[in-house]
Amino acid sequence: MRTNSRNFYLIPYVLWIALFVVTPLLLVLYYSFFDIEGHFTFENYRKFFTPVYLKMTLSSFWYAFLITLFSLLIAYPTAYLLTKTKHKQLWLLLIILPSWINLLLKAYAFLGIFGTYGAANSFLEAMGIGGRQILFTDFSFIFVSVYIFLPFMILPIFNSLDELNPTLLDASNDLGGSSWVTFKRVIFPLTLDGVKAGCQIVFIPALSLFMLTRLIAGNRVITLGTAIEQHFLVTQDWGMGSTIAVFLIIAMVLIMVLTGRRKRGIL
Amino acid sequence: MKNNRKWPAVYLALIFIILYAPIFYLIFYSFNSGGTMYQFEGFTLDWYRELFADTRLLIIVLNTVIIALLSAAISTIIGVAGALAIAYARKRRVKNTLLSLNNVLIVSPDVIIGASFLILFTMIGLKLGFVSVLLAHIAFSVPIVVLMVLPKIEEMNTSMIYAAMDLGASRLDVLTKVILPYITPGIFAGFFMALTYSLDDFAVTFFVTGNGFTTLSVEIYSLARRGVSLNINALSALLFLFTIILVTGYYFITKRNEKPNGMGVRQ
Repeated sequence: MRTNSRNFYLIPYVLWIALFVVTPLLLVLYYSFFDIEGHFTFENYRKFFTPVYLKMTLSSFWYAFLITLFSLLIAYPTAYLLTKTKHKQLWLLLIILPSWINLLLKAYAFLGIFGTYGAANSFLEAMGIGGRQILFTDFSFIFVSVYIFLPFMILPIFNSLDELNPTLLDASNDLGGSSWVTFKRVIFPLTLDGVKAGCQIVFIPALSLFMLTRLIAGNRVITLGTAIEQHFLVTQDWGMGSTIAVFLIIAMVLIMVLTGRRKRGIL
Repeated sequence: MKNNRKWPAVYLALIFIILYAPIFYLIFYSFNSGGTMYQFEGFTLDWYRELFADTRLLIIVLNTVIIALLSAAISTIIGVAGALAIAYARKRRVKNTLLSLNNVLIVSPDVIIGASFLILFTMIGLKLGFVSVLLAHIAFSVPIVVLMVLPKIEEMNTSMIYAAMDLGASRLDVLTKVILPYITPGIFAGFFMALTYSLDDFAVTFFVTGNGFTTLSVEIYSLARRGVSLNINALSALLFLFTIILVTGYYFITKRNEKPNGMGVRQ
């Protein structure tokens, strides 16, 4: 009786897992062993270890690292100060609201702001620095990426700071800890989970950004995501695209293992 | 001391300005008669007029909304079944396996999801278009629904179920009269998250769409690649309004839940 009903709930869900979780991953792995003519080969893997692809992978990681780092540096103080405000849930909602505006529209806004005659250049002119090329540079790419990922970094850090027991801070104070020591020895270690979750949430998507690289970086920055998109939709070389995807999945798993398991509810 | 109180406010204000400036920049120029995003020549509503006269764009908006509503509804049903399946799994190992598989699609980069679904649909022989986009959206919305509903089931008191059974309730009665009413807030939150996931998605749709079927994100991307046109600005102003209405709705739904968990984590 009990088992019957349990199986009944499992049916649609396991079907979904089989069809849309397990099968696609296996298909990606399967395709990575075929070249563009459909012959079985290890060529794609050999190609991946040539300088062209390795350089791309490295630069991809480097950009993702920079984006994560800047997001963290900006997000941590923001989250900290937010927990100190009076109506913190409302302020937090206001921080998150921009992340619900379509990503493409935000990228498009920066096309205008960073454009040759845009607001950023007008501002620089007014400051006496003079206009320059901002769009299609590393700076603009990283700036816009950080802008987009910031709310996702703030949220988990805010949650972990919010759960912090305030008596611990008092204790640290009573024992003569300066505010810096308190931060280093008490606050930061206790909020490390939030920081890890935030880094996970930012780093993995940052590895695979592809529309921003086209719109904002003008194809100067090639991430793994861009390469996959290129192979699948432009050159139609699914084998190579799948191979890059396999390595991206491996990277993803490694990051997950390194940063520990995400606590549920932090999402 | 006074200084100490001023800096946090300045820092937070700066963050808020940076977060909101691009959005208001877009909206501001949507009233520009000059037709560019850098010289405001005069106030006009022409862009809005043009927007409402553009039947193609209106059809795309309709497509997007239909896909979002349908995929959210179907993924909510599957997700609730999945959450029940996980909650009632007796063996710890089964539970953990299901949860890990559930989270695969949440942590996977969009590019991987898009590429692997493209392979999947092509292998099945499904024509790319409305159906493939709908299936993809259902697929990536299911796990978030599971994550929103599961905590609600877990916190439910099992003696309620036993009480219902003791009073002669059938399995179906227990589900519809006891369990579902109890987890309704979670279901709403899940449905809502699925809705925003679907409305916001660009990368996956970009991969699995075809036959002239597009959603708003993909359309904005192709427009933005051609450069600035103020139709997009007018559109973004309307979308911003719509988002605020949605978020306000969501805020009131989740006000019952204490913690702000699960604000979309995808781009």
